[in-house]
Amino acid sequence: MSLWVDEYRPKSLEELTYHSDLTKRLKILASSEDFPHLLVYGPSGAGKKTRISCLLRELFGEGVQKLKTDIQTFTNSSSRKIDITVVSSKYHLEITPNEVGFSDRLVVQEFLKDVAQTKQVDLSIKHDFKVVIIHEADLLTRESQAALRRTMELYMSNVRLILCCKSPSKIIDPIRSRCLLIRVPAPTIDEIITILINIAKKTNVNLPLKVAKLIADQSNRDLRKAILSFESLYMEYDVLKDNIRYRFTDWEEIINDIANKISLHYNPENLENIRDLLYELLNTYILPSNLIKYLFLAIVRRADESVKFEILEKAAEFEHRIVTGSKALIHIEAFVINAMYIIGRYKNGLGTISMDID
Amino acid sequence: MGSFFQDQGVRFKSAKDSTLNLPWIEKYRPKSLNNISAQEDTLITLKNSKDNLPHMLFYGPPGTGKTSTILALARELFGPELMKSRVLELNASHERGIDVIRERVKNYARSFIISDSDRNNQCPGFKIIILDEADSLTKDAQEALRRTMEKYSELTRFCLICNQISCIIPALKSRCTLFRFKSIGIDNMRNRLTYICEQEGIDYYPEAMDELIKDSQGDLRKAISWLNNASKLHKDDRVTVDTIKETVGIVPDDIINGLIESAASKSYDKIQETVNDVIASGYFGKQVIEQVFLKVLQDLRINEDHKCNIGESLGIIDKRLVDGGCELFQVLSLMCAISKNMD
Ligand SMILES: Nc1ncnc2c1ncn2[C@@H]1O[C@H](COP(=O)(O)OP(=O)(O)OP(=O)(O)O)[C@@H](O)[C@H]1O
Ligand SMILES: [Mg+2]
Repeated sequence: MSLWVDEYRPKSLEELTYHSDLTKRLKILASSEDFPHLLVYGPSGAGKKTRISCLLRELFGEGVQKLKTDIQTFTNSSSRKIDITVVSSKYHLEITPNEVGFSDRLVVQEFLKDVAQTKQVDLSIKHDFKVVIIHEADLLTRESQAALRRTMELYMSNVRLILCCKSPSKIIDPIRSRCLLIRVPAPTIDEIITILINIAKKTNVNLPLKVAKLIADQSNRDLRKAILSFESLYMEYDVLKDNIRYRFTDWEEIINDIANKISLHYNPENLENIRDLLYELLNTYILPSNLIKYLFLAIVRRADESVKFEILEKAAEFEHRIVTGSKALIHIEAFVINAMYIIGRYKNGLGTISMDID
Repeated sequence: MGSFFQDQGVRFKSAKDSTLNLPWIEKYRPKSLNNISAQEDTLITLKNSKDNLPHMLFYGPPGTGKTSTILALARELFGPELMKSRVLELNASHERGIDVIRERVKNYARSFIISDSDRNNQCPGFKIIILDEADSLTKDAQEALRRTMEKYSELTRFCLICNQISCIIPALKSRCTLFRFKSIGIDNMRNRLTYICEQEGIDYYPEAMDELIKDSQGDLRKAISWLNNASKLHKDDRVTVDTIKETVGIVPDDIINGLIESAASKSYDKIQETVNDVIASGYFGKQVIEQVFLKVLQDLRINEDHKCNIGESLGIIDKRLVDGGCELFQVLSLMCAISKNMD
């Protein structure tokens, strides 16, 4: 049996519940003669993928949701073979160029050229273009983005791109202006509650409003997270009573644990302990930039107002170093040490601690 | 690799195939030099030197007509048919390392014009190689070009196109006549956009047009493409300011004001809550910080020194965002910097 997140994923535009304005606009788009390139963006768990899939169905009919997965191989100029996973239907193809790292320019270009040169075979369909979805488009290298500029214009007659990403901040201007921007906001807490209750009805699970609210509040407006934790709560308790205790995921527990240790006091022994935990998190659960984000939020929740600004500055600085540097753990640890220092200094009264960490 | 001659085929085919479904930036790409807006000085010089074309270097901001001008010039010189064999266009989507410059470009540059039928009309006896988006040519590739440009200038004229002239090595610059493309002024912008609206039967509120011109900051491609996109969302009614803003990705004023008020409250928790909401609503960091800063500049509560401090932070934060830093952290950082610089 599949997970509820997949099982109760809306399949058509009509089934989409929230952001009805946006849905209406997608409907108009799908009916227009000249469908543009799209840039779909919004936080994770906001429902971008679902919405795109519904839009494609509106364009091409049900067949577009029959997916298969292949590996395509490209050869670069030094005859190295590069593989990329392609998910496709008869009408569209999806790739995640980040898979191939710095070779993405070559792969994207060759891939698009191939698609542009194969004509749509099925003559009975409404549109004679193919759609190519590029996931994690914000991670495309600069060269690869520059290469897309002319390509997006030249292949327009039989290929439409849907670029999908969390944020277009990293997407260069010339690409952004060639696309119709579609912003998909995260659902509000109330919208999440409604969706949870709907799923509860379909699965015949009794979900008290209080529990629904608890789950939604803890989700940080991430719908996927909310549905997943609803399902796992149900698996665990079977009957969801009003006074149920919310279950954090394993990695959330560990992060809370680290945040507690940091907030206690500055202590080198602590640091070794924390390093083990960080290692565990990085190896098994979570991406470095997410780790530092959630860790920061947990620390700040425990800290005094007067030091929050300072801790944030450190977090913003070291998170950036994670992205541009090579070994994430170093920068996360540097952040931890700084946070400890700031908190320790505050707790011991200003100036009584003298440590040189810089 | 090895197929850029084929690519040319694709372009000319698509242009003929279905002008209906073409995006407007292609559909309304000027076909002749006379249709190019705004770049009068450049055009006069080019028209005068048609018979004896020098190597050229076009530079200037995006969407000001550089690519269009050279394509239009080539069409006027050779006509639409002959153009296919006489013009080689290489842009950033092509493999353009030093090998390509040494082999392919050189071979094309030194090849003679064979067919007799080409010669019987008055069209000039040279070919043109367009190196578009030349900013992305490596230094090595540029060095390799020097010789080729000199040696085969009888047979071939080069046109280099870039946004930043500083990316081109001096040795190449000195071999070319430089043409600066200015960003398109408000009047020229309005004329062109109004013309397109007439052609397409698009109705719009005058304020929407003003907004469009303001947001595109002299980049005509942006303006046309945004107009194209916005019009898709208005089938039978007039294009509104709000649609333009949404298409462009502009964040609504009340949200920007909300952010600034949260900073004025001086409460970290309040700031975090507000920023978190803005990010969850999908607004993107780069746009948010730019708009916030514009608002800060107008804010009378903040004195000039403090504005400078904030500007300095903005620089750091913008860089981090472009590098892929976390949106939440970076927007928060800016708001905290603003908060600290408010009395
Ligand atoms: N001066 C102009 N006159 C008329 N139309 C223009 C002009 N400049 C730009 N446009 C419009 O914008 C589109 C893009 O212009 P073009 O490709 O020439 O820009 P560019 O200067 O080469 O930009 P980039 O630096 O990004 O390559 C054209 O197809 C045309 O529709
Ligand atoms: Mg150009």
